[in-house]
This record gives sequence, C-alpha cells and structure tokens, in this order.
Amino acid sequence: MERHLQKELESLKKYILSLGAMVEERVRKVIKAFETRDADTAGEVVNSDWEVDEFEVAVEEECLKILALHQPVAVDLRFICAVIKINNDLERIGDEAVNIAERVAYISKRPSIKIPVDYGVMAEKTEHMLKQSLDSLVNLDAGLANKVRLADDEVDDIHVENYDKVKVAIRVQPERVGSLINLLQISRHLERIADHATNIAEEVIYMVEGVIHRHKKNGYQSDSSEED
Amino acid sequence: MDSSIKMAVNDLDFFYADFQALHRILLKFTSNQVTALIGPSGCGKSTLLRCLNRMNDLIPYSRVKGQVLLEGRNIYDPNVDVVTLRRHIGMVFQKPNPFPKSVFENVAYGLRVNGMRDRSMITERVEKSLKQAALWEEVKDRIHESALGLSGGQQQRLCIARALAVEPEIVLMDEPCSALDPIATQKIEELIHQLKEKYTIVIVTHNMQQAARVSDVTAFFYLGKLIEVDETKKIFTRPSLKETSDYITGRFG
Repeated sequence: MERHLQKELESLKKYILSLGAMVEERVRKVIKAFETRDADTAGEVVNSDWEVDEFEVAVEEECLKILALHQPVAVDLRFICAVIKINNDLERIGDEAVNIAERVAYISKRPSIKIPVDYGVMAEKTEHMLKQSLDSLVNLDAGLANKVRLADDEVDDIHVENYDKVKVAIRVQPERVGSLINLLQISRHLERIADHATNIAEEVIYMVEGVIHRHKKNGYQSDSSEED
Repeated sequence: MDSSIKMAVNDLDFFYADFQALHRILLKFTSNQVTALIGPSGCGKSTLLRCLNRMNDLIPYSRVKGQVLLEGRNIYDPNVDVVTLRRHIGMVFQKPNPFPKSVFENVAYGLRVNGMRDRSMITERVEKSLKQAALWEEVKDRIHESALGLSGGQQQRLCIARALAVEPEIVLMDEPCSALDPIATQKIEELIHQLKEKYTIVIVTHNMQQAARVSDVTAFFYLGKLIEVDETKKIFTRPSLKETSDYITGRFG
C-alpha cells in the first residue's frame, strides 16, 4: 500500500510539472507576441486557455483523491498541500498570460506608439523567475526557490517605475491614452506573474523545510544549505 | 519536579532474559494529556506500556533497570504494593476481556477487591463509571444481564468503565481499538478525548491515523529505543528525524 502511495505521488509530481511547462510556454509565447505585435499568436493564447483550466481541475482532483484514499502525513502531506497551491498559482499565471494577450490584441490594432519603458528586462526577469520557481520544484531546491523570492522585489520596482513613466507619457501624448494604459496593464500582469512565481517558490520552501515563509520578507534561512 | 508531569520514565532498560527490549528510555507523561506510543512490531512500545504498571513483573527471567516515577515516586521501589499501584494506573487491553458476570458486577469487581462494601456507594460508582465510559445509556436497562451479550465495542467500553471505577490517575491502553469496527473505534476515540479532562492517558496503537487523531504527544520507538517524541501535530507534519518521517510515511525498510 505504501508503495502505491509513492507511485501516486510520483505521478502527481509529473502532472504538476507538465502543467508548469504548459504555462511557462504560454508566458513565453505571449511575451514574444507582445514584442512582435503579433495579434494572431496572442489570439492563440486566449483561445487555448481552457487547456490550462482543465489541467488544473485534473491536478486538484488527483490531490483530493490521494488525500482521501491515503491520508498522507509529514513530507507527503506537505507535498500535496504545496501542489494544491502551486496548481492554483499556475492556473492564475495562465490567466495573466491571457490578460497580456488581450492587451497585445488591443495595441496591435492601433498605430504603433513610442513605448516609454523597456519591457525587455522586465519580461526577461519574470520569465526567469517562473523558470527558476519550476526548476526549484523539480529539484526540491529551497536555495533556488529563495532566489526567486529575492528577485520579486526587482520586478516590483520596475513596475513602480513603469507606472511613473507611463504617467509622464500620457501627459505628453494624451491622444494615445488607451494604448498607454494597455501598456501599463501589461506591466501589471507581468508583475503579477512574478508574484505567482514567488508563491510557487515559497511553497517549494515549505515542502522542503516544513516551515511557512510567506509574509516574511527576506526572512528565509535554510537549515540545510549555505547561502551563496 | 514539574507538577504537570504525572509520570516520568528515567533511563529505563528492560530485558527478556538476555534480550534487551528497551534501551535507556527517557520519557515524561504530562497530566491530562494523551501520549501515543507508535512504532513497528517489536519496537518495545507495548513492553514500555507494561512497565508503567509493572505488568511485566509476571514474565519469567525479565528484569528492569532504571526508574518509573509516578508523581516523583519510583514504582519499582521494593516497598511499593503492586495492587495499590494498579489502582492508580488502570489498563485496557487489546481484546475486550469482560468477566463472565453481569455488566454491573464487571464494573463493581474492582471496587469490591479494594474493600468497598457499601452497596449504594458501589451502585453510584458503577453508574458514574459507565457514564464516563459513554456506555450507560446503552446498558442501563440490562445492567444485571451478562456482559458477554454486549457487542465488541460495548465490551471494550465496559472494560474502560471497569478501569475507571477504581478512580485511577493514569489509564494505559494497549491497542484498545484493534479488535473493533470503525464505528466502535470512533466511539472509543471520542471517549479518549473526554477522558483526558480527568485522566492522563498513554495509548499504544498500530494505527497511525488513530495516534494522530487522539493524542497530544507522540513518541516513536524503533528497535527498543525512543527515537523521537514531540507534539503530535509536529510529528505528523514535520518530524525532526528521518527515521520518524520514513516510518509514518510508510517508506520504512
């Protein structure tokens, strides 16, 4: 019976990692669509969001099944609780990708505009955080997860800067306020993706260490690994 | 000594002839708490439980080293009277073992052995014990019928009532639900929750979910050693030691 539980947990891990890969791919795709003003690709992201939604429901049902049938404890219980929350974060990241896609569709249909902010750095950092959070999940690496937590502040700061820059740009080109607000929204959605990646990283730390680090800014101290 | 510590096991070794079943056990039982002893078969948990009211005295070639202190007094002192000791420390066994007597007489038995003669006092104590054991409502109309006519779950609660009748301070339970169905098990578990208001309880169980449900503190034993003891909620969410984690998650061996 115990071996059966281990098999179920292994298959659940594969499941959540597949969802992670699926969501990561969508974020990559929508960022590319934004860079190239590609409304078609953005449309694909919007129209296929149901795949993420269905996957999320399937993962949750799997978690509930294991909880009901095996009553796992200790590290196994922490794993399932973490997967339930990570599952939710991944689905929300999928939604944020859709939100960005809708903004891209709006902007693409209008005359091009001089972008007051550099989205390249922000998008790259966000994508990197998401990738690292998923890598920390694959390898149960609390140290890597902590790097994601620390990187979140950088993305938050960029978003604040973007807000100020867009405000100035609206004064300069008030006739383009629609596009500029949409640009600001994209900054907001990227920042939210980074937040969800941070949540995932915090869940990984909980899974590994058994300690909840949420709401503690930079308070994480690993028991087992040295800071580098 | 900390007044909340009802009983303390101090460097206890136990031997069955040449075989050492317990190695320097150090463990404290807090008043009005339920302590669960868990571990695989042969880990020493039942042996320890039986050391707590000297049930192992009867085993030939066995010997004990170290102390078991009941409120500071070593129960292995030569001048301790074992019968009196067991009035303070009651025990409930794996299989319900009522005497082939009436329900009433089962509960009254210990009182009579301890010299109680006043009939109304006995009647009062029997009713109180059956109520404490959550059995009164089910047996009050057939209190003078044979206890062997009760269901397994009722028989086990009768044994608990029998243990409570002499007003012990500590109740030891050796897998009290292993012969019971889930509904009877649930009733005993509920009862354990209620009983800890008055008693200090030590329970041996093979059912880890039961340990998780009923106890405040869990002690994990392996190969005659106490590996880890901590609050139950900690043991079952983040045990400190890998051995404990491997056992409770079923990764053992």
